[in-house]
Amino acid sequence: MSLDKTDVNKIAHLARLDIAAPDIDVYASNLSSILDLVAQMNSVDTDAVTPMAHPTDAVQRLREDKVTAVDQREKFQAIAPQVDAGLYLVPKVIE
Amino acid sequence: MHNKTIAQLAAGLRAGEYSSQELTRAILDRIARLDGRLNSFITVSDELALEQARLADQRLAAGEAGPLTGIPVAQKDIFCSDGVLTTCGSRMLENFVAPYDATVVERFNAAGAVLAGKTNMDEFAMGSSNETSYYDPVRNPWNTDTVPGGSSGGSAAAVAARLVPGSTGTDTGGSIRQPAALCGITGLKPTYGRVSRYGMIAFASSLDQAGPLARSAEDAAILLGAMAGFDERDSTSIEHPVPDYTATLANDLKGLKVGLPREYFSVGLDSEVGKAVEAAIDEYKRIGVEMVDISLPNTHLAVPAYYVVAPAECSSNLSRFDGVRFGHRCDNPKDLEDLYKRSRGEGFGPEVKRRIMIGTYALSAGYYDAYYLKAQKVRRLISDDFRQAFEQVDVIMGPTSPSVAFKLGERTDDPITMYLSDIYTIAVNLAGLPGMSIPAGFANQLPVGLQIIGNYFDEARLLNVAHQFQQVTDYHQQIPVGFE
Repeated sequence: MSLDKTDVNKIAHLARLDIAAPDIDVYASNLSSILDLVAQMNSVDTDAVTPMAHPTDAVQRLREDKVTAVDQREKFQAIAPQVDAGLYLVPKVIE
Repeated sequence: MHNKTIAQLAAGLRAGEYSSQELTRAILDRIARLDGRLNSFITVSDELALEQARLADQRLAAGEAGPLTGIPVAQKDIFCSDGVLTTCGSRMLENFVAPYDATVVERFNAAGAVLAGKTNMDEFAMGSSNETSYYDPVRNPWNTDTVPGGSSGGSAAAVAARLVPGSTGTDTGGSIRQPAALCGITGLKPTYGRVSRYGMIAFASSLDQAGPLARSAEDAAILLGAMAGFDERDSTSIEHPVPDYTATLANDLKGLKVGLPREYFSVGLDSEVGKAVEAAIDEYKRIGVEMVDISLPNTHLAVPAYYVVAPAECSSNLSRFDGVRFGHRCDNPKDLEDLYKRSRGEGFGPEVKRRIMIGTYALSAGYYDAYYLKAQKVRRLISDDFRQAFEQVDVIMGPTSPSVAFKLGERTDDPITMYLSDIYTIAVNLAGLPGMSIPAGFANQLPVGLQIIGNYFDEARLLNVAHQFQQVTDYHQQIPVGFE
């Protein structure tokens, strides 16, 4: 499996990662060799195999739908990059 | 004091030979004096440690001490600790003072342990050499030109150098066992779900598991006892009773059946490492253990399947680092997309970016069946190999790592070579089984680890098997030159 510059740029966009232009080639080469490693999985036929999502096939535990957490907004926002009046600030998204 | 085990230190504290404050000062002094050579700590929490030691002394005086009360331990910097910097080895979290405690940290606090500091690690636990840390690599105390392994490299180096008597790590593909092997100490990755993942910064949620690193199986048993147990805040935590792991350490191993998977002794194994592991196996035979040849035929598929499952889960987990609520934010973002992309581009290092991109690709439209679903099927095959093996044997043994500690910089240019450092450990995570690494000798003056793999929730047996080996060998008591 070989990825080119266009593929890497597309993946980087999907992952919301800014990759410097000079680094794209190195990523293309590294990611291609990782996908080659991954392709070794295809040496085995798995048509009849049930996929394994959990080591002991446990199912998701459910809990009662009630509020258990206490409000710690001030504490959590103390480490935020930018807040104002209890709100997280980001660049304007609506004109 | 620094050469004493946790069990010995606890006895000394209780007998009043020294206080926790004296012990903690000695430990902090030793870290200040020696860690410049290793870089095993990102944060040393002096003030908190001394305050916790003072409280521990009160508990000791009141006769309310448990086995870890007053004992200084180090936490891998992946565990959130309230009020203490928690970086996960990343620039992304360079300024992240955690607002809450991970369950593991909470449990150590409740046990009265003293937090000496937070240890260096590969960025977001992605690495096998500790060289992906934003905070510079950790060096192996046995030879400071070599790596300590990873990703829990700081935790392993700190214990091996006698800076702390015990520490915690996390293991997604070998990140406790491999550094334990390369640093000549004892490390245990429990059964998936045994130790809570709450507050442990997520890498690959279906594989991540926390466990102890220590200088002996007995100490690992004490640490695991404090860490293990059900936690409703971790949705995959398992309700299963926690035994007293120290109670069965002395059990006789006569008649124990040990499986030796032939795939673990073939291609890629360094011959000197192989010899040391064979010698360890012979030692086990002398104490009455029966060796059985077994096969885990899908072993060669473990690394390929892992490099789909782990990156896919990491790409999802690490999407939370967006520069909005916490962590690194770029300067002067021109719009929201620019904020996301540059904050993430600047905050993450190359290995993390590679894995996020592989995962994003594998999960992108049209590729799910070919990658993630295929990997989950392979995962079933690998797990079935172990299930069949455990119908014949009680535990499985083999090398932890195909080589001893390698030179810094030797494998950083080629991700694939680095990934193959974990060929013997990754399958255990895919299957969710518990595994240990214990010191089994030396090759080229560097430690060799013996891996012991158990059936689900068989941690007590692993610790027993490890402890019995440590009764007849002294590899675990060897001290790196310069750290005596």
